[in-house]
Amino acid sequence: MKRRVLTEPKPVRVALILVSLAFLAVSLVLPLALVFVEAFSKGAAAYAAAIREPMALSALRLTLLTAAIAVPANLVFGLAASWAIAKFDFWGKNALITLIDLPFAVSPVISGMIFILLFGRLGTFGPFLQGHDIKIVFAIPGIVLATVFVTFPFVARELIPVMQASGSEEEEAARVLGASGWQLFWRVTLPNVKWGLLYGVILCNARAMGEFGAVSVVSGHIRGKTNTLPLHVEILYNEYQFQAAFAAASLLAFLALVTLLAKSFIEWQTGRRASAGSVENEA
Amino acid sequence: MSSVVLKRHSVLPGFGLTVGYTLLYLSLIVLLPLSTLAFKSSSLGFDAFWTTVSSARVVASYKLTFGASLAAATINAFFGLIVAWVLARYTFPGRRLVDAIVDLPFALPTAVAGIALTTLYSENGWLGAPLARMGVKVAFTPLGITLALTFIGLPFVVRTLQPVIDELDPELEEAAASLGASRAQTLFRVVLPALLPAWLTGFALAFARCLGEYGSVVFIAGNMPMRTEITPLLIITKLEQYDYPGATAIAVVMLVASFVLLLGINLLQSWSGRRLAA
Repeated sequence: MKRRVLTEPKPVRVALILVSLAFLAVSLVLPLALVFVEAFSKGAAAYAAAIREPMALSALRLTLLTAAIAVPANLVFGLAASWAIAKFDFWGKNALITLIDLPFAVSPVISGMIFILLFGRLGTFGPFLQGHDIKIVFAIPGIVLATVFVTFPFVARELIPVMQASGSEEEEAARVLGASGWQLFWRVTLPNVKWGLLYGVILCNARAMGEFGAVSVVSGHIRGKTNTLPLHVEILYNEYQFQAAFAAASLLAFLALVTLLAKSFIEWQTGRRASAGSVENEA
Repeated sequence: MSSVVLKRHSVLPGFGLTVGYTLLYLSLIVLLPLSTLAFKSSSLGFDAFWTTVSSARVVASYKLTFGASLAAATINAFFGLIVAWVLARYTFPGRRLVDAIVDLPFALPTAVAGIALTTLYSENGWLGAPLARMGVKVAFTPLGITLALTFIGLPFVVRTLQPVIDELDPELEEAAASLGASRAQTLFRVVLPALLPAWLTGFALAFARCLGEYGSVVFIAGNMPMRTEITPLLIITKLEQYDYPGATAIAVVMLVASFVLLLGINLLQSWSGRRLAA
């Protein structure tokens, strides 16, 4: 017998849907559309010129380089942490999970600032670094470090619940049948968690390429040297070069759209919806 | 359960390697850098610390940051509840697309959101121009800051409520209806109380995120000391003046506020978990 699902009267339903759509259109879709409209406000030629400009290209290169270091570093960490946490019981496990989430609770500005306190001119290691002529803050290593910090929990946070849910029975069977540690990791564990892993990597990458606050603090804003794409956008905007700023911003907005698309695809593949667990990802 | 046991016996390999690497990486990337903050602020001394964090300009920035974050989280709680309900319960054309769009603030870099919102609400912007004719100034005012924070916080409320609405037992609503409750009574007396812990959690998550937000706010804020200067910007200003102790003191207050919030959120979630299990 099919039960009639309880719901609100039709006028109420329609009104609530319209309120939702109007709110999302004004608060989310309008700003996104504005990025592309402004980017092309002076035509396609001006758009192409703004993107091909040497400063924009060097900012793009630094953004890609930063993500290419931060994402794999946190990917390896995420695999190690989720393996330890999902497959074994040990003392202090819950405390460890809380500590892994810590960077989400720290303001981006403070995330950048701690590296200034460590490696800046007046920082803890400042005199030592100056003595050996090593630059960390106001240089590329600082940008990479700050990015690794703010994207630290993404992969681990997605992988831990997925690995816990897939259990250990298959790995234990493979072990008993004589598989080596690496064999069971590559042939049993990885195929089981591949979507969760990809999900974490996509979110991690989006944040790594888009991070602004933390990177802004450690970068020193040296043009053509320590500018990532978001910082390049800021400089152009503050110089009133609005069209060029939005052209560069459109690349990042495009990245955001690709991220949303990939995210939806994985959710559809795995039959999962963005769960409460993934909400705190960005908290 | 067995958290007293150091390590459960397991046939699986790699415990030492993975725990060791996890602890090493966690310490180097997160714990060591963060502990610098505690170390620096303790070397400051209480008087100097208090003078910094209680100065008029800093207090004004706290009031603005907390006030605007609270207002934004409240707006998000209201609209977020409607959006989550609509997405979880109703079917309409384009629902999947709308569902995906809700995550936009997570995916869009904050600097991009910042310049887009500023242009949108500037005096000749798409929304700023009509609002200016009505005498409402948005960009470079606390209202603009609140709207930017609303953009950032929305997904937290929606994504926290949505799975909880999905898991609500329909029998509760049916029981209320068969006992003679109207639909409105059922919603306000049965459904809403069941959603309350998740609703508060979403509100607190949005609030916590807004407190530390920088990129999406700094463009629209105007950054006038005492009036439209948010706390994260004040930290950056101090750092640029090489006033590390001052920046540290302000940052410690912000960090303590977010940790207290985090603790509250964890308590709320365990309350929420018990409510669902009951």
